[in-house]
Amino acid sequence: MRFFEYEAREIIKRAGIPVTDYGFTTDAAEAREIAQRIGGPTVIKSQVLTGGRMKAGGVKFADTPEEAEAHARDILALEINGHAPRGVLVDPRAEVEQEYYAGVVWDGTRKQPVMIFSPVGGIDIEQVAEEQPDKVGRRHFSNILPLSDFQAKEVVASTGVTGAALNRLVPIVKRLASLFVENDMILAEINPLGRLADGSFVALDAHMDIENEARGRHSRLLAELGVGEEETRQAREATPFELAGEQVDAMDHRGVAGNVTEFDGNLGLVIGAGGGSLTLFDAVRAHGGKPANYCEIGGNPSVAKACGLAKLVLQKPGVERIAVMMSIVSNTRVDIVARGVIKACLELGYDPAEKIAIFRIPGAWEEEGFKILERYGVDYADRSVSLNEAARRAVEKIEGAPV
Amino acid sequence: MRADATFIAVEVDDAAAADPELARRLTEACPVDIFAQTGDGGLDIVELNLDECVLCRLCLDAVESDPTHPVKVIKLYDDGAILA
Repeated sequence: MRFFEYEAREIIKRAGIPVTDYGFTTDAAEAREIAQRIGGPTVIKSQVLTGGRMKAGGVKFADTPEEAEAHARDILALEINGHAPRGVLVDPRAEVEQEYYAGVVWDGTRKQPVMIFSPVGGIDIEQVAEEQPDKVGRRHFSNILPLSDFQAKEVVASTGVTGAALNRLVPIVKRLASLFVENDMILAEINPLGRLADGSFVALDAHMDIENEARGRHSRLLAELGVGEEETRQAREATPFELAGEQVDAMDHRGVAGNVTEFDGNLGLVIGAGGGSLTLFDAVRAHGGKPANYCEIGGNPSVAKACGLAKLVLQKPGVERIAVMMSIVSNTRVDIVARGVIKACLELGYDPAEKIAIFRIPGAWEEEGFKILERYGVDYADRSVSLNEAARRAVEKIEGAPV
Repeated sequence: MRADATFIAVEVDDAAAADPELARRLTEACPVDIFAQTGDGGLDIVELNLDECVLCRLCLDAVESDPTHPVKVIKLYDDGAILA
């Protein structure tokens, strides 16, 4: 879940990293008061969870409180990439001598956080890494043991930073690493981190993203920041199809049949099992297939729940057939899922043999499941057929199907 | 009495179905609520839940002391095979 800049700044401030004397407001008149309190030139920044603020006119500079109010009024009315602003951040226009970058991201491959530092800030770190790779320092660190002074120093010094700047940056980098781990983040980035004329550093902008599953562990922080429990902060609102998927999953407590994401292809997917959904979705695409959806089924859903999910996918406009595929299951019964998806076809007036491109779920109760599939003439595969091959067969059938 | 869904059918001897004690045992035993007790204590088969049958045999166990084997679970997808 992403944080707005004003929230990320608050998190940084609480961690002991210096920030400017900014103010957040949803009201243009209050923006003027904040600018008056700051008492100098200010920057008015739209608070949206999307990029391209500057280009879209969501960041403006003001020399007077009156100008700050006028800019705030304009920005509050300005949608950026379809996002209405949450408010505006009124920030002192700091006289910065140099802009740096400090960030921590979760490395899913190494299963560790990685600290990234650069003396070239204010632009995307990816661009710096491409154009000036020697100016980007990286270091993985433990998510159990704190980043040590030495480790922090090493990553900063590797980019050529020395002297007083190095000494002042080390505690900032360490605190950033700590707040990342303590708050279960997947991204914590200060960009730019400005060095002022007196040699001190101040965070001028920040981006943070907390692991969704960890929200419950940080309910106090979220409440203090004013983040509502209902706020998903996803990149886009859930579609009616996706909301219907949530309803299917909520219909009873047994198993999972949800986490539906809508795509615009013609092959409906009823997929799952221990990462199987992601693997299968990728496999379908790798074979040139166009998934109509992503979803996750598992944990032994009821027949009604499997049926509900399959019906939802079958009824999606543009879906020609569905592929029902999972890795080998132990805690989901093959026969129960088979009943569910066949029932969905029958209740919608479809021939299961035509509508189910392939059923590839081996595992618990597969003998019973295969009897059901044979009864309805559904093409099925056992564990001798890989997930990749099952995906290929499903795509092949769609390609041969009348459009 | 007998009720059929798409995949599963359940048959209960009429005499047994009228026995409140047997109805209670079946209602308690079934994990997916295929059986229910009517207001007068008799047995009702909940057709909506029939296809949820997990073939657990708990209903058969609940009446195993009855030598007439009054409950049959029938797998319609398996040529009418009776769950033993």
